[in-house]
Amino acid sequence: MLRYALGRVLWFIPTLIAMTAVTFIIMQLTPGSPFDVANANGITPEMIENLEKLYGLDKPVWYRFALYVWNSLHGDFGMSYAYRPQTAADIIQRTFPISLHLGAMATVFAIVFGMTLGILAAVNQNGILDYLSVGIAILFYSMPNFVMGFILILVFAVWLPDNGINLGLRVSGWDSPRDWILPTIALGAAPLATLARYTRSSMIDIIRSDYVRTARAKGLSERKVILKHVLKNALIPVVTLIGPIFAAVGTGSFFVEKIFNVPGMGKFYVESMQSKDQTMILAVTLIFGVFLASMNLMVDLMYGFIDPRIRY
Amino acid sequence: MTDHGDRPIDRIDLALRHDAPAIVPLPEVEVGSLTQLGALGEVQVRKEANLWGDAWRRLIRNRLALIGMFVVVTFLTIAVIGPGVHIGGRTIIPALAPYTESEVVDVRLARHPPSWTWPFGLDANGRDIFSRMMYGARVSLLVGVVAYVIILCIAIPVGSIAGFYGGAVDNILMRIVDVIFTIPQVLLVLMFVNWRGPGLVNIFLAIGLIGWVTEARLIRGQFLSLREQDYVKASRVAGASGPYIIIRHLLPNSLTPIIVAATFGIPTAIFTEAAISFIGVGIRPPMASWGQMVGSASQPGIVQTSPHMLLFPVLAIGLTMLGFTFLGDGLRDALDPKGND
Repeated sequence: MLRYALGRVLWFIPTLIAMTAVTFIIMQLTPGSPFDVANANGITPEMIENLEKLYGLDKPVWYRFALYVWNSLHGDFGMSYAYRPQTAADIIQRTFPISLHLGAMATVFAIVFGMTLGILAAVNQNGILDYLSVGIAILFYSMPNFVMGFILILVFAVWLPDNGINLGLRVSGWDSPRDWILPTIALGAAPLATLARYTRSSMIDIIRSDYVRTARAKGLSERKVILKHVLKNALIPVVTLIGPIFAAVGTGSFFVEKIFNVPGMGKFYVESMQSKDQTMILAVTLIFGVFLASMNLMVDLMYGFIDPRIRY
Repeated sequence: MTDHGDRPIDRIDLALRHDAPAIVPLPEVEVGSLTQLGALGEVQVRKEANLWGDAWRRLIRNRLALIGMFVVVTFLTIAVIGPGVHIGGRTIIPALAPYTESEVVDVRLARHPPSWTWPFGLDANGRDIFSRMMYGARVSLLVGVVAYVIILCIAIPVGSIAGFYGGAVDNILMRIVDVIFTIPQVLLVLMFVNWRGPGLVNIFLAIGLIGWVTEARLIRGQFLSLREQDYVKASRVAGASGPYIIIRHLLPNSLTPIIVAATFGIPTAIFTEAAISFIGVGIRPPMASWGQMVGSASQPGIVQTSPHMLLFPVLAIGLTMLGFTFLGDGLRDALDPKGND
């Protein structure tokens, strides 16, 4: 177990470096100097040369890469081209907590409601609750998150108000808890569905297993059977899902943030794409990659602890 | 009463008569054919049963999968014949769509709500949304299929080599997969399209060159478990080379998960294209793509006044993916050789 954990952690660092290199190289190859936008203001070629020296853009690639890695480890990701004079680090510091907030809420929402739905479905198998929850799960699961987001907007911001029902759920901004509801639902709907299905099928498997039959035969009340034996074992496959759920929530946040106008990292990333702000693009990609990789690593390591049957 | 003389009962009568010949001739039946003789010597023809036939029958019984299949077939039909099929200047199938995707009906009537002439209304530039949806369906189909073909072309060799040979080759290939897998795929696709510029081919390449990692892992996993099977060992003992075993034995047996993965991979490709077009980095106007239509319809202010512009592409994307998901789930259950109903 220790050997496996050590191996995974050691591989983590080269993977990150390789990831940085790939991202960096793609960014270097991307045409479109950040000064194209500035060109419209009539900047002379000499000024461009000076600016490039300032940003260090005239040195060879490997030098820039090494410099970048060094700076990044110190938290300096360079200056954002489009939002001068803010540095990329500033922007990330401002927006990352918001994205984290949204992501955490969506994950909690997905876990709590998804597992509840799955448990209810498994316990009431073939009943109405079962079909209902499976139906909802399939519906949420097959719609991508921005479709879900738009449908929520259409329903809550266009049709209900048009028909006089104003629930006061806003679809823009991030100031009050009212703004949090719809983006969280949009982002968390698909993971909720996946969790519900997995929880349901794993609980069904467990309910049919021998040790649960033994517990029932011993005379334990149904409630005790479920709480004490079934639930704990049903959580195991769910833990394996948390990694992909983080990934889904993370990548989904781009679109949800853009749609609901949440000032998070995803929205800035999209805007950087549109304004060709290379520094920001690189920085956000890195942060995202590092974050997701660490989450996956933690989940993998945790999995070995939780399931006593697993011995590496 | 007519004398048939050749029914099973007649044969028995014949056999039971005292003056009957000792041996009653039976009809000729090939060994191993689908015809066989029943208990009374009558000729029976049994229905041919193979994996695909069984799977198809199981699929048909699944109502959700039927709905999915219906949606997917509708989508395919619209995508192919909607904009019309024109090859080499000649029109083979005339267009179902009343207008082409870039044809402006009337700029003054921009954002016109749905009416009898324009079932889905007009968009911000005065183009007919109904027609653009059909062109968008074709784009989505193209992206889904072509990108997935690229994915398969890379994933199958990589996955099979990694899974079959194992060892150092496996390690290296999996490390590469890990690096690509660590970065969220949407990010990579966005960066790739950012680099190469807009356009259909770049989108194919972007999704294909980045999305192969999931399928490669899948195929590798399949091969890892399949290569310990006895028939592989027997093949090796008989002197078969690696590539022969891969192509002749392992790949056909991995077909089932590959097919199921396709029904989930194609909608993922469609969704990725819609997502990047929505952001504005993918298909640019006047070419029509559902994602791009959603993007232009979701500008603030437009949503409230002309929701029809947003509604139809959103519904189209959602329904298409729903259909593929149902079909995929149904296929996975139907192709399961263990027959767990």
